[in-house]
Amino acid sequence: MGKTVIPIGPYHPLQEEPEFFTLTVDGETVIDIDVRIGYNHRGIEKLSESRVFENSTFLVERICGICSTSHPYAYTRAVEDIFPMEVPIRAKFIRTIIAEGERIHSHLLWLGLAGHFLGYNTVYMWAWKLREEILDVMEILSGNRNNYAMFKPGGVRRDINAEDIPICLKKIDSIVPTLVMLKMAVLDDPVLHARLKGVGVMSYQEAIDFSALGPTSRASGVARDVRKDSPYGAYDELDWDMIVTENGDVFDKAVIRILEMFESIKITKYCLEHLPDGPIDANIKDVPVGEGIGHIEAPRGETFHYVKSDGTNRPVRHKVRAPTFMNLPTYKATVKGQTISDATIILAAIDPCYCCTERVAVKNEKGVRLYNGQDLVRLCREKTDRMRKGMAPK
Amino acid sequence: MSLKLKALLKSPWVFHLSTGSCNNCDIETLDCLTPRFDIERFGMLLVGSIKHADVLLVSGSCNRMSVERLKILWEQVPRPCLVIGIGTCTGSRGLFRDSYNCPVPLDAIIPVDVYIPGCPPKPEAIIAGVVKLIQKVGGA
Repeated sequence: MGKTVIPIGPYHPLQEEPEFFTLTVDGETVIDIDVRIGYNHRGIEKLSESRVFENSTFLVERICGICSTSHPYAYTRAVEDIFPMEVPIRAKFIRTIIAEGERIHSHLLWLGLAGHFLGYNTVYMWAWKLREEILDVMEILSGNRNNYAMFKPGGVRRDINAEDIPICLKKIDSIVPTLVMLKMAVLDDPVLHARLKGVGVMSYQEAIDFSALGPTSRASGVARDVRKDSPYGAYDELDWDMIVTENGDVFDKAVIRILEMFESIKITKYCLEHLPDGPIDANIKDVPVGEGIGHIEAPRGETFHYVKSDGTNRPVRHKVRAPTFMNLPTYKATVKGQTISDATIILAAIDPCYCCTERVAVKNEKGVRLYNGQDLVRLCREKTDRMRKGMAPK
Repeated sequence: MSLKLKALLKSPWVFHLSTGSCNNCDIETLDCLTPRFDIERFGMLLVGSIKHADVLLVSGSCNRMSVERLKILWEQVPRPCLVIGIGTCTGSRGLFRDSYNCPVPLDAIIPVDVYIPGCPPKPEAIIAGVVKLIQKVGGA
Protein backbone atom coordinates (compact mmCIF):
# COMPACT_ATOMS: atom_id res chain seq x y z
CA MET A 1 0.00 0.00 0.00
CA GLY A 2 1.58 3.25 -1.07
CA LYS A 3 1.73 6.22 1.19
CA THR A 4 1.33 9.74 -0.03
CA VAL A 5 2.55 12.86 1.66
CA ILE A 6 0.43 15.96 1.22
CA PRO A 7 2.07 19.24 2.15
CA ILE A 8 -0.21 22.02 3.41
CA GLY A 9 1.41 25.41 3.54
CA PRO A 10 3.37 27.30 4.58
CA TYR A 11 1.42 29.78 2.46
CA HIS A 12 -1.94 28.23 2.00
CA PRO A 13 -5.10 30.09 1.03
CA LEU A 14 -6.98 28.62 3.97
CA GLN A 15 -4.66 29.76 6.69
CA GLU A 16 -3.70 33.36 6.94
CA GLU A 17 -0.77 32.46 9.12
CA PRO A 18 2.25 30.66 7.72
CA GLU A 19 2.66 27.13 8.97
CA PHE A 20 3.58 23.89 7.32
CA PHE A 21 1.70 20.64 7.80
CA THR A 22 2.67 17.33 6.28
CA LEU A 23 -0.22 14.93 6.12
CA THR A 24 0.72 11.33 5.41
CA VAL A 25 -2.29 9.74 3.78
CA ASP A 26 -3.31 6.28 2.73
CA GLY A 27 -5.99 6.74 0.12
CA GLU A 28 -8.35 9.22 1.72
CA THR A 29 -7.39 8.46 5.30
CA VAL A 30 -4.86 10.50 7.18
CA ILE A 31 -2.45 8.19 8.97
CA ASP A 32 0.03 10.69 10.31
CA ILE A 33 0.49 14.40 10.66
CA ASP A 34 3.52 16.52 11.27
CA VAL A 35 3.61 20.23 11.82
CA ARG A 36 6.52 22.48 11.14
CA ILE A 37 6.56 25.99 12.47
CA GLY A 38 9.08 28.77 12.57
CA TYR A 39 7.71 31.07 9.89
CA ASN A 40 6.55 33.47 12.56
CA HIS A 41 9.42 33.42 14.99
CA ARG A 42 10.50 36.93 15.94
CA GLY A 43 12.59 36.40 19.06
CA ILE A 44 10.21 38.17 21.41
CA GLU A 45 11.53 36.62 24.62
CA LYS A 46 15.02 37.84 23.85
CA LEU A 47 13.77 41.28 22.82
CA SER A 48 11.86 41.52 26.07
CA GLU A 49 15.11 41.27 28.01
CA SER A 50 16.24 44.51 26.40
CA ARG A 51 13.05 46.41 27.28
CA VAL A 52 12.14 48.00 30.60
CA PHE A 53 9.24 46.36 32.43
CA GLU A 54 6.63 48.82 31.21
CA ASN A 55 7.70 48.70 27.58
CA SER A 56 7.63 44.91 27.44
CA THR A 57 3.86 45.18 27.72
CA PHE A 58 3.72 46.63 24.21
CA LEU A 59 6.04 43.94 22.95
CA VAL A 60 4.03 41.02 24.33
CA GLU A 61 0.93 42.62 22.86
CA ARG A 62 2.46 42.00 19.45
CA ILE A 63 3.01 38.31 20.15
CA CYS A 64 -0.39 37.78 18.64
CA GLY A 65 -2.92 40.16 17.27
CA ILE A 66 -5.95 38.23 18.43
CA CYS A 67 -4.60 37.58 21.93
CA SER A 68 -3.40 41.16 22.28
CA THR A 69 -4.99 41.34 25.73
CA SER A 70 -4.16 37.90 27.03
CA HIS A 71 -0.41 38.22 26.73
CA PRO A 72 -0.10 41.66 28.38
CA TYR A 73 -2.52 40.50 31.07
CA ALA A 74 -0.47 37.41 31.87
CA TYR A 75 2.74 39.42 31.69
CA THR A 76 1.54 42.17 34.02
CA ARG A 77 0.29 39.52 36.43
CA ALA A 78 3.74 37.91 36.34
CA VAL A 79 5.42 41.22 37.16
CA GLU A 80 2.89 41.90 39.92
CA ASP A 81 3.61 38.42 41.30
CA ILE A 82 7.28 39.28 41.93
CA PHE A 83 6.47 41.32 45.02
CA PRO A 84 3.37 41.71 47.19
CA MET A 85 1.11 44.37 45.77
CA GLU A 86 -2.56 44.99 45.20
CA VAL A 87 -4.04 46.13 41.91
CA PRO A 88 -6.82 48.74 42.39
CA ILE A 89 -10.31 47.30 42.03
CA ARG A 90 -11.28 49.67 39.21
CA ALA A 91 -8.25 48.56 37.23
CA LYS A 92 -9.27 44.93 37.77
CA PHE A 93 -12.72 45.61 36.35
CA ILE A 94 -11.32 47.48 33.35
CA ARG A 95 -8.92 44.62 32.69
CA THR A 96 -11.78 42.13 32.84
CA ILE A 97 -13.88 44.19 30.41
CA ILE A 98 -11.06 44.32 27.88
CA ALA A 99 -10.22 40.63 28.31
CA GLU A 100 -13.83 39.53 27.82
CA GLY A 101 -14.30 41.86 24.85
CA GLU A 102 -11.32 40.18 23.30
CA ARG A 103 -12.81 36.77 23.97
CA ILE A 104 -16.01 37.71 22.16
CA HIS A 105 -14.22 39.02 19.10
CA SER A 106 -11.80 36.11 19.05
CA HIS A 107 -14.57 33.50 19.22
CA LEU A 108 -16.54 35.33 16.53
CA LEU A 109 -13.42 35.39 14.40
CA TRP A 110 -12.99 31.65 14.89
CA LEU A 111 -16.62 30.95 14.13
CA GLY A 112 -16.36 32.93 10.91
CA LEU A 113 -13.19 31.20 9.81
CA ALA A 114 -14.61 27.78 10.69
CA GLY A 115 -17.64 28.56 8.53
CA HIS A 116 -15.30 29.68 5.79
CA PHE A 117 -13.33 26.43 6.00
CA LEU A 118 -16.53 24.44 5.73
CA GLY A 119 -17.71 26.39 2.72
CA TYR A 120 -20.31 28.28 4.72
CA ASN A 121 -19.34 31.77 3.75
CA THR A 122 -22.62 33.13 5.10
CA VAL A 123 -21.52 32.27 8.62
CA TYR A 124 -18.16 33.87 7.89
CA MET A 125 -19.77 37.13 6.80
CA TRP A 126 -22.29 37.20 9.64
CA ALA A 127 -19.75 36.47 12.32
CA TRP A 128 -17.29 39.05 11.07
CA LYS A 129 -20.01 41.65 10.70
CA LEU A 130 -20.94 41.13 14.35
CA ARG A 131 -17.29 41.25 15.27
CA GLU A 132 -17.09 44.79 13.90
CA GLU A 133 -19.53 45.95 16.58
CA ILE A 134 -17.33 44.50 19.31
CA LEU A 135 -14.28 46.10 17.72
CA ASP A 136 -16.16 49.42 17.81
CA VAL A 137 -16.72 48.96 21.53
CA MET A 138 -13.05 48.20 21.99
CA GLU A 139 -12.14 51.27 19.95
CA ILE A 140 -14.36 53.44 22.14
CA LEU A 141 -12.83 51.99 25.30
CA SER A 142 -9.18 51.78 24.32
CA GLY A 143 -8.68 53.89 21.22
CA ASN A 144 -7.63 51.09 18.93
CA ARG A 145 -9.34 48.20 17.23
CA ASN A 146 -6.80 45.54 18.02
CA ASN A 147 -3.68 46.37 20.00
CA TYR A 148 -5.28 48.02 22.98
CA ALA A 149 -2.24 49.11 25.02
CA MET A 150 -4.44 49.22 28.11
CA PHE A 151 -2.22 47.24 30.44
CA LYS A 152 0.72 48.24 32.57
CA PRO A 153 2.25 46.53 35.58
CA GLY A 154 0.21 47.70 38.54
CA GLY A 155 -2.93 48.82 36.78
CA VAL A 156 -4.26 50.09 33.48
CA ARG A 157 -3.05 52.87 31.30
CA ARG A 158 -6.33 54.42 30.36
CA ASP A 159 -9.54 55.00 32.25
CA ILE A 160 -13.04 54.32 30.95
CA ASN A 161 -15.09 57.51 30.67
CA ALA A 162 -18.50 57.37 32.31
CA GLU A 163 -20.18 58.83 29.22
CA ASP A 164 -18.81 56.03 27.01
CA ILE A 165 -20.41 53.28 29.07
CA PRO A 166 -24.04 53.69 27.84
CA ILE A 167 -22.85 53.74 24.22
CA CYS A 168 -20.88 50.53 24.75
CA LEU A 169 -23.76 48.82 26.55
CA LYS A 170 -26.10 49.76 23.73
CA LYS A 171 -23.72 48.39 21.12
CA ILE A 172 -23.24 45.15 23.06
CA ASP A 173 -27.00 44.78 23.50
CA SER A 174 -27.51 45.36 19.80
CA ILE A 175 -25.46 42.33 18.80
CA VAL A 176 -27.22 39.88 21.12
CA PRO A 177 -30.30 39.18 18.90
CA THR A 178 -28.08 38.59 15.86
CA LEU A 179 -25.81 36.40 17.94
CA VAL A 180 -28.78 34.33 19.07
CA MET A 181 -29.83 33.95 15.46
CA LEU A 182 -26.29 32.93 14.52
CA LYS A 183 -26.27 30.42 17.35
CA MET A 184 -29.53 28.86 16.16
CA ALA A 185 -28.32 28.86 12.57
CA VAL A 186 -25.13 27.05 13.49
CA LEU A 187 -26.40 24.68 16.16
CA ASP A 188 -29.63 23.64 14.44
CA ASP A 189 -28.25 23.20 10.97
CA PRO A 190 -28.58 19.56 9.88
CA VAL A 191 -25.71 19.90 7.41
CA LEU A 192 -23.35 21.18 10.10
CA HIS A 193 -24.48 18.37 12.40
CA ALA A 194 -23.64 15.81 9.75
CA ARG A 195 -20.39 17.53 8.93
CA LEU A 196 -19.03 18.12 12.42
CA LYS A 197 -20.49 15.57 14.82
CA GLY A 198 -18.14 12.71 15.55
CA VAL A 199 -15.34 14.37 13.59
CA GLY A 200 -11.94 14.79 15.21
CA VAL A 201 -12.98 13.32 18.53
CA MET A 202 -10.63 13.77 21.46
CA SER A 203 -11.46 11.65 24.48
CA TYR A 204 -11.32 12.84 28.09
CA GLN A 205 -8.17 10.81 28.71
CA GLU A 206 -6.46 12.16 25.59
CA ALA A 207 -7.27 15.72 26.64
CA ILE A 208 -5.61 15.01 29.99
CA ASP A 209 -2.63 13.26 28.40
CA PHE A 210 -1.97 16.04 25.92
CA SER A 211 -2.61 18.70 28.59
CA ALA A 212 -5.06 20.37 26.26
CA LEU A 213 -6.23 23.80 27.34
CA GLY A 214 -9.18 26.08 26.98
CA PRO A 215 -12.18 25.25 24.79
CA THR A 216 -10.25 22.34 23.30
CA SER A 217 -10.16 20.54 26.64
CA ARG A 218 -13.54 21.75 27.87
CA ALA A 219 -15.14 20.16 24.81
CA SER A 220 -13.82 16.81 26.02
CA GLY A 221 -15.32 17.18 29.48
CA VAL A 222 -12.24 18.52 31.27
CA ALA A 223 -13.59 21.30 33.46
CA ARG A 224 -10.54 23.53 33.44
CA ASP A 225 -10.69 27.30 33.33
CA VAL A 226 -8.21 29.60 35.00
CA ARG A 227 -11.00 32.10 35.58
CA LYS A 228 -12.71 29.55 37.85
CA ASP A 229 -9.74 27.60 39.16
CA SER A 230 -7.58 30.51 40.25
CA PRO A 231 -9.68 33.64 39.84
CA TYR A 232 -8.00 36.86 38.87
CA GLY A 233 -9.30 40.27 37.89
CA ALA A 234 -12.95 40.63 38.77
CA TYR A 235 -13.93 37.05 38.01
CA ASP A 236 -14.37 35.90 41.61
CA GLU A 237 -16.97 38.64 42.15
CA LEU A 238 -19.01 37.71 39.14
CA ASP A 239 -21.67 35.15 38.43
CA TRP A 240 -20.94 33.21 35.29
CA ASP A 241 -20.89 29.63 34.11
CA MET A 242 -18.10 27.53 32.76
CA ILE A 243 -19.27 25.76 29.61
CA VAL A 244 -18.25 22.12 29.49
CA THR A 245 -19.40 19.48 27.01
CA GLU A 246 -18.63 15.79 26.79
CA ASN A 247 -18.22 14.65 23.20
CA GLY A 248 -14.88 16.18 22.27
CA ASP A 249 -15.69 16.52 18.57
CA VAL A 250 -15.46 19.61 16.40
CA PHE A 251 -19.14 20.35 16.89
CA ASP A 252 -18.72 20.54 20.66
CA LYS A 253 -15.74 22.84 20.27
CA ALA A 254 -17.96 25.15 18.24
CA VAL A 255 -20.76 24.90 20.81
CA ILE A 256 -18.38 25.83 23.62
CA ARG A 257 -17.17 28.91 21.81
CA ILE A 258 -20.64 30.07 20.88
CA LEU A 259 -22.00 29.66 24.40
CA GLU A 260 -18.90 31.26 25.91
CA MET A 261 -19.63 34.40 23.94
CA PHE A 262 -22.92 34.80 25.80
CA GLU A 263 -21.13 34.37 29.12
CA SER A 264 -18.56 36.95 28.06
CA ILE A 265 -21.32 39.37 27.09
CA LYS A 266 -22.84 38.84 30.52
CA ILE A 267 -19.51 39.51 32.25
CA THR A 268 -18.72 42.57 30.15
CA LYS A 269 -22.13 44.09 30.75
CA TYR A 270 -21.96 43.45 34.49
CA CYS A 271 -18.50 45.00 34.73
CA LEU A 272 -19.50 48.05 32.71
CA GLU A 273 -22.62 48.58 34.81
CA HIS A 274 -20.90 48.04 38.15
CA LEU A 275 -17.58 49.73 37.44
CA PRO A 276 -16.28 50.77 40.88
CA ASP A 277 -14.67 54.14 41.50
CA GLY A 278 -11.11 54.65 42.56
CA PRO A 279 -7.59 54.84 41.17
CA ILE A 280 -6.62 52.84 38.11
CA ASP A 281 -2.92 52.47 38.78
CA ALA A 282 -0.87 51.30 41.77
CA ASN A 283 2.18 53.27 40.52
CA ILE A 284 4.91 50.68 40.78
CA LYS A 285 8.27 52.36 41.19
CA ASP A 286 10.87 49.59 41.27
CA VAL A 287 10.67 45.89 40.73
CA PRO A 288 12.75 44.06 43.35
CA VAL A 289 14.79 40.89 42.86
CA GLY A 290 12.61 37.84 42.38
CA GLU A 291 10.58 35.81 39.97
CA GLY A 292 6.90 35.74 39.21
CA ILE A 293 4.40 33.79 37.19
CA GLY A 294 1.19 34.96 35.66
CA HIS A 295 -1.46 32.88 34.02
CA ILE A 296 -4.81 33.84 32.63
CA GLU A 297 -7.47 32.25 30.50
CA ALA A 298 -6.99 33.47 26.93
CA PRO A 299 -9.71 32.74 24.35
CA ARG A 300 -7.74 29.63 23.36
CA GLY A 301 -6.71 28.42 26.80
CA GLU A 302 -4.29 29.19 29.55
CA THR A 303 -1.56 31.69 28.73
CA PHE A 304 1.43 31.48 30.99
CA HIS A 305 4.19 34.03 31.52
CA TYR A 306 7.27 33.80 33.70
CA VAL A 307 9.37 36.84 34.54
CA LYS A 308 12.60 36.93 36.48
CA SER A 309 13.96 40.19 37.80
CA ASP A 310 17.44 40.91 39.14
CA GLY A 311 16.55 44.26 40.66
CA THR A 312 17.29 46.34 37.55
CA ASN A 313 14.56 47.87 35.41
CA ARG A 314 14.58 45.05 32.84
CA PRO A 315 13.62 41.38 33.11
CA VAL A 316 16.57 38.99 32.97
CA ARG A 317 14.37 36.19 31.74
CA HIS A 318 10.92 36.23 30.25
CA LYS A 319 9.24 32.98 29.26
CA VAL A 320 5.98 32.75 27.36
CA ARG A 321 3.82 29.70 26.92
CA ALA A 322 0.85 30.20 24.66
CA PRO A 323 -2.16 27.86 24.67
CA THR A 324 -1.64 26.67 21.10
CA PHE A 325 1.71 25.26 22.16
CA MET A 326 -0.18 22.71 24.26
CA ASN A 327 -3.14 22.28 21.92
CA LEU A 328 -1.15 21.71 18.75
CA PRO A 329 0.01 18.14 19.60
CA THR A 330 -3.62 17.05 20.04
CA TYR A 331 -3.69 16.80 16.24
CA LYS A 332 -1.91 13.49 16.70
CA ALA A 333 -5.03 12.23 18.46
CA THR A 334 -7.72 13.95 16.45
CA VAL A 335 -6.59 13.96 12.84
CA LYS A 336 -5.37 10.37 12.52
CA GLY A 337 -7.94 8.11 10.95
CA GLN A 338 -9.99 10.97 9.53
CA THR A 339 -10.33 11.86 5.88
CA ILE A 340 -8.35 14.60 4.17
CA SER A 341 -11.46 16.70 3.68
CA ASP A 342 -12.10 16.71 7.42
CA ALA A 343 -8.48 17.45 8.27
CA THR A 344 -8.79 21.19 7.64
CA ILE A 345 -11.67 21.78 10.02
CA ILE A 346 -10.04 19.61 12.66
CA LEU A 347 -6.86 21.63 12.31
CA ALA A 348 -8.92 24.78 12.66
CA ALA A 349 -10.95 23.44 15.58
CA ILE A 350 -8.38 24.17 18.26
CA ASP A 351 -8.28 27.77 17.02
CA PRO A 352 -4.58 27.55 16.36
CA CYS A 353 -2.50 30.64 16.77
CA TYR A 354 0.98 30.18 15.43
CA CYS A 355 2.18 33.68 16.17
CA CYS A 356 1.59 32.89 19.83
CA THR A 357 3.30 29.57 19.70
CA GLU A 358 6.53 30.46 18.02
CA ARG A 359 8.73 31.34 20.92
CA VAL A 360 11.50 28.92 20.03
CA ALA A 361 12.63 28.03 16.56
CA VAL A 362 14.27 24.63 16.68
CA LYS A 363 16.19 23.98 13.54
CA ASN A 364 19.01 21.52 13.63
CA GLU A 365 18.22 18.84 11.09
CA LYS A 366 20.94 18.02 8.52
CA GLY A 367 23.37 19.99 10.61
CA VAL A 368 22.05 23.28 9.31
CA ARG A 369 22.56 26.00 11.86
CA LEU A 370 20.13 28.76 11.20
CA TYR A 371 21.30 31.49 13.50
CA ASN A 372 24.96 31.71 12.63
CA GLY A 373 25.25 35.33 11.70
CA GLN A 374 23.96 37.36 8.82
CA ASP A 375 24.65 34.77 6.11
CA LEU A 376 21.14 34.87 4.74
CA VAL A 377 22.00 34.23 1.12
CA ARG A 378 23.90 31.03 1.85
CA LEU A 379 21.09 29.75 4.02
CA CYS A 380 18.59 30.56 1.33
CA ARG A 381 20.52 28.55 -1.28
CA GLU A 382 20.90 25.59 1.05
CA LYS A 383 17.20 25.54 1.70
CA THR A 384 16.43 25.72 -2.00
CA ASP A 385 18.79 22.81 -2.66
CA ARG A 386 17.20 20.79 0.07
CA MET A 387 13.77 21.48 -1.27
CA ARG A 388 14.78 20.41 -4.76
CA LYS A 389 15.83 17.02 -3.38
CA GLY A 390 12.59 16.35 -1.54
CA MET A 391 9.48 18.32 -0.99
CA ALA A 392 9.24 18.05 2.77
CA PRO A 393 12.45 18.60 4.71
CA LYS A 394 12.61 15.78 7.24
CA MET B 1 1.25 52.70 -19.34
CA SER B 2 1.24 49.23 -20.78
CA LEU B 3 -2.05 47.58 -21.63
CA LYS B 4 -1.33 44.83 -19.11
CA LEU B 5 -0.92 47.29 -16.29
CA LYS B 6 -4.01 49.23 -17.31
CA ALA B 7 -6.09 46.07 -17.22
CA LEU B 8 -4.59 45.07 -13.91
CA LEU B 9 -5.64 48.27 -12.22
CA LYS B 10 -9.30 47.73 -13.09
CA SER B 11 -9.58 44.78 -10.74
CA PRO B 12 -6.40 44.06 -8.83
CA TRP B 13 -6.40 40.52 -7.45
CA VAL B 14 -4.35 40.25 -4.34
CA PHE B 15 -2.32 37.49 -2.79
CA HIS B 16 -1.65 37.82 0.88
CA LEU B 17 1.63 36.78 2.43
CA SER B 18 2.45 36.89 6.11
CA THR B 19 6.18 36.92 6.73
CA GLY B 20 6.12 36.63 10.49
CA SER B 21 3.47 39.10 11.50
CA CYS B 22 1.45 39.14 14.69
CA ASN B 23 -1.66 38.25 12.70
CA ASN B 24 -3.33 41.60 13.20
CA CYS B 25 -2.54 43.00 9.76
CA ASP B 26 -3.70 39.70 8.24
CA ILE B 27 -6.97 39.87 10.09
CA GLU B 28 -7.53 43.50 9.18
CA THR B 29 -6.88 42.52 5.57
CA LEU B 30 -9.54 39.84 5.83
CA ASP B 31 -11.76 42.40 7.52
CA CYS B 32 -11.66 44.45 4.31
CA LEU B 33 -13.48 41.59 2.59
CA THR B 34 -16.27 41.33 5.15
CA PRO B 35 -19.59 43.21 4.96
CA ARG B 36 -18.68 46.50 6.60
CA PHE B 37 -15.84 47.34 4.23
CA ASP B 38 -16.32 44.88 1.39
CA ILE B 39 -13.59 45.82 -1.05
CA GLU B 40 -14.73 43.11 -3.41
CA ARG B 41 -17.15 45.66 -4.80
CA PHE B 42 -14.11 47.43 -6.29
CA GLY B 43 -13.05 44.25 -8.04
CA MET B 44 -10.42 43.34 -5.49
CA LEU B 45 -10.32 39.68 -4.67
CA LEU B 46 -8.14 37.66 -2.36
CA VAL B 47 -6.80 34.76 -4.39
CA GLY B 48 -5.32 31.49 -3.26
CA SER B 49 -2.33 31.28 -5.55
CA ILE B 50 0.41 33.73 -6.33
CA LYS B 51 0.03 32.77 -9.98
CA HIS B 52 -3.39 34.41 -10.12
CA ALA B 53 -2.31 37.56 -8.34
CA ASP B 54 -1.66 41.08 -9.56
CA VAL B 55 -0.81 42.56 -6.21
CA LEU B 56 1.26 41.02 -3.45
CA LEU B 57 0.23 42.10 0.04
CA VAL B 58 3.05 41.51 2.46
CA SER B 59 2.70 41.80 6.21
CA GLY B 60 5.15 41.05 8.97
CA SER B 61 8.76 41.64 9.74
CA CYS B 62 10.39 39.19 7.29
CA ASN B 63 11.96 36.58 9.51
CA ARG B 64 14.69 34.31 8.29
CA MET B 65 12.53 31.35 7.49
CA SER B 66 9.82 33.17 5.61
CA VAL B 67 12.26 35.28 3.60
CA GLU B 68 13.27 32.15 1.70
CA ARG B 69 9.66 31.51 0.81
CA LEU B 70 9.13 35.15 -0.09
CA LYS B 71 11.96 34.96 -2.60
CA ILE B 72 10.58 31.79 -4.16
CA LEU B 73 7.17 33.41 -4.48
CA TRP B 74 8.65 36.56 -5.97
CA GLU B 75 10.29 34.45 -8.68
CA GLN B 76 6.98 32.75 -9.46
CA VAL B 77 4.75 35.78 -9.63
CA PRO B 78 3.55 36.78 -13.11
CA ARG B 79 4.75 40.26 -14.06
CA PRO B 80 3.70 43.02 -13.74
CA CYS B 81 3.16 42.61 -10.03
CA LEU B 82 2.76 45.39 -7.51
CA VAL B 83 3.77 45.05 -3.89
CA ILE B 84 2.02 46.56 -0.87
CA GLY B 85 3.62 46.40 2.55
CA ILE B 86 0.98 46.35 5.27
CA GLY B 87 1.82 47.45 8.77
CA THR B 88 4.74 49.08 10.48
CA CYS B 89 6.66 45.79 10.46
CA THR B 90 7.15 45.88 6.70
CA GLY B 91 8.24 49.50 6.73
CA SER B 92 10.59 49.83 9.66
CA ARG B 93 10.22 46.44 11.36
CA GLY B 94 8.71 48.37 14.26
CA LEU B 95 9.34 46.72 17.61
CA PHE B 96 11.22 43.87 15.98
CA ARG B 97 13.98 46.03 14.54
CA ASP B 98 16.55 44.65 16.96
CA SER B 99 15.40 41.07 16.75
CA TYR B 100 17.98 38.46 15.81
CA ASN B 101 15.47 36.81 13.52
CA CYS B 102 14.38 39.83 11.48
CA PRO B 103 17.63 40.87 9.83
CA VAL B 104 16.50 43.01 6.88
CA PRO B 105 13.50 45.18 6.03
CA LEU B 106 11.14 44.12 3.27
CA ASP B 107 12.44 46.57 0.65
CA ALA B 108 15.90 45.02 0.89
CA ILE B 109 14.40 41.82 -0.47
CA ILE B 110 11.77 42.85 -3.01
CA PRO B 111 10.77 46.26 -4.38
CA VAL B 112 7.79 47.77 -2.57
CA ASP B 113 5.32 50.13 -4.21
CA VAL B 114 3.19 51.28 -1.29
CA TYR B 115 3.59 51.11 2.47
CA ILE B 116 0.56 51.22 4.72
CA PRO B 117 1.76 52.19 8.19
CA GLY B 118 -0.08 51.38 11.38
CA CYS B 119 0.01 48.69 13.99
CA PRO B 120 -2.29 47.37 12.70
CA PRO B 121 -3.58 49.72 9.99
CA LYS B 122 -7.34 50.08 10.05
CA PRO B 123 -9.26 48.61 7.13
CA GLU B 124 -9.97 52.16 5.98
CA ALA B 125 -6.23 52.79 5.83
CA ILE B 126 -5.69 49.62 3.84
CA ILE B 127 -8.36 50.65 1.34
CA ALA B 128 -6.82 54.13 1.12
CA GLY B 129 -3.43 52.51 0.50
CA VAL B 130 -4.74 50.44 -2.36
CA VAL B 131 -6.38 53.53 -3.87
CA LYS B 132 -3.06 55.38 -3.63
CA LEU B 133 -1.34 52.50 -5.37
CA ILE B 134 -3.84 52.64 -8.21
CA GLN B 135 -3.40 56.41 -8.49
CA LYS B 136 0.38 56.14 -8.41
CA VAL B 137 0.62 53.48 -11.07
CA GLY B 138 -2.26 54.79 -13.14
CA GLY B 139 -0.91 58.33 -13.02
CA ALA B 140 -4.37 59.62 -12.14
